[in-house]
Amino acid sequence: MENSRRSFLKKAGYSILGVGAGSLLIGVIPKFATAAPEQTASKYKSRPEALKANRWGMIIDTRKINRRINRNMQQACHRIHNVPDHVGKFGAKNHEIKWIWPTPFKNAFISQDAQYLSDHLKNTEIPVLCNHCANPPCVRVCPTKATFKRESDGLVLMDYHRCIGCRFCMAGCPYGARSFNYRDPRPAIENIEPNFTLRTIGVVEKCNFCAERIARGEIPACVEASNGASVFGDLDDASSDIRKMLAEQYAITRKPELGTYPSVFYII
Amino acid sequence: MYDKGKIVTGLVIFFVILAFPFWYNRGAMAPSPELELTDRAKQAERCIEDTAYMTTEHMQLLDEWRNAVVRDGNRLYVSEDGTEYVASLSDTCMDCHSNKADFCDRCHDYVLADPYCWDCHTYPEENN
Repeated sequence: MENSRRSFLKKAGYSILGVGAGSLLIGVIPKFATAAPEQTASKYKSRPEALKANRWGMIIDTRKINRRINRNMQQACHRIHNVPDHVGKFGAKNHEIKWIWPTPFKNAFISQDAQYLSDHLKNTEIPVLCNHCANPPCVRVCPTKATFKRESDGLVLMDYHRCIGCRFCMAGCPYGARSFNYRDPRPAIENIEPNFTLRTIGVVEKCNFCAERIARGEIPACVEASNGASVFGDLDDASSDIRKMLAEQYAITRKPELGTYPSVFYII
Repeated sequence: MYDKGKIVTGLVIFFVILAFPFWYNRGAMAPSPELELTDRAKQAERCIEDTAYMTTEHMQLLDEWRNAVVRDGNRLYVSEDGTEYVASLSDTCMDCHSNKADFCDRCHDYVLADPYCWDCHTYPEENN
């Protein structure tokens, strides 16, 4: 058989054309095949009793805060969320895990000039927690999307299944609202609350604004335990209690210069 | 063919070694586990979906549940027959299947599955 350069080049050309057309088809066919709408989406819905909002927020009235309310708020939160007490149990201050905790005013508001602070703010610590920022830096830095902002209500939440413990979010959060599980949390939990999960060693955790209670139609545990010193509501709804309070009284947020737009406000 | 004897002997030895797991474990294989249902589970007769589906696909369902609940906040699951269930491992599954050791673990141990559900999620005996 005569195999000239000419016939070889011809065959090679046709082969390339064929392969090219074939791979084009492979790319196009599955798109038609999977065009049918997925029906799984309708299998899930939110509970009818769940509280609804576009952007959850909280006001803490520092004038009403005292040591006892601080303690009640923290205990209520940490008990129902299985937050381990490494400090109380083992004196491991470096491994402390906290979702909400009292801190001196000058530490919470470092950009405020704390000269000649009122006696009340000098003597009383104020509760701080995750601010559930509208522009959360922790969400931007998370490499696995374990921390995400829930579009439906603006809560900044964590999917502990996805957390790989890289702690970028702890570096990203300007409020120190996140804690890392350096050790197994189980031995440091007095009574395990069966209605909520625990965490494992190697994941970060933080306040979830009681997303599980909101889903059941209840307000956050700290607000309930605050004896009226804090209010919870929809920042996006001008007729909500929280917006009415903000309209009447001047309130500040922590580190506003960073542009994170916290959803936790403090009335001074 | 040269060295026919050596080659055939070698091949026989090779296949005997290849089949080592089969003849070594002959007769020693554990019987497949019998799952024990709690009285509540027996009375219900049907799990949230068909038993066959639940046996083979429960892990996919739980995976869907966790994304629906954790990420979308959709905490209700509507099953094929239209019944609504709270999508929760600890509250819904373990409410009926409260015998983790005889229900979950038996199969998981048998197939060497080691799900990390229980690192964080609680189950009934643990709570007592």
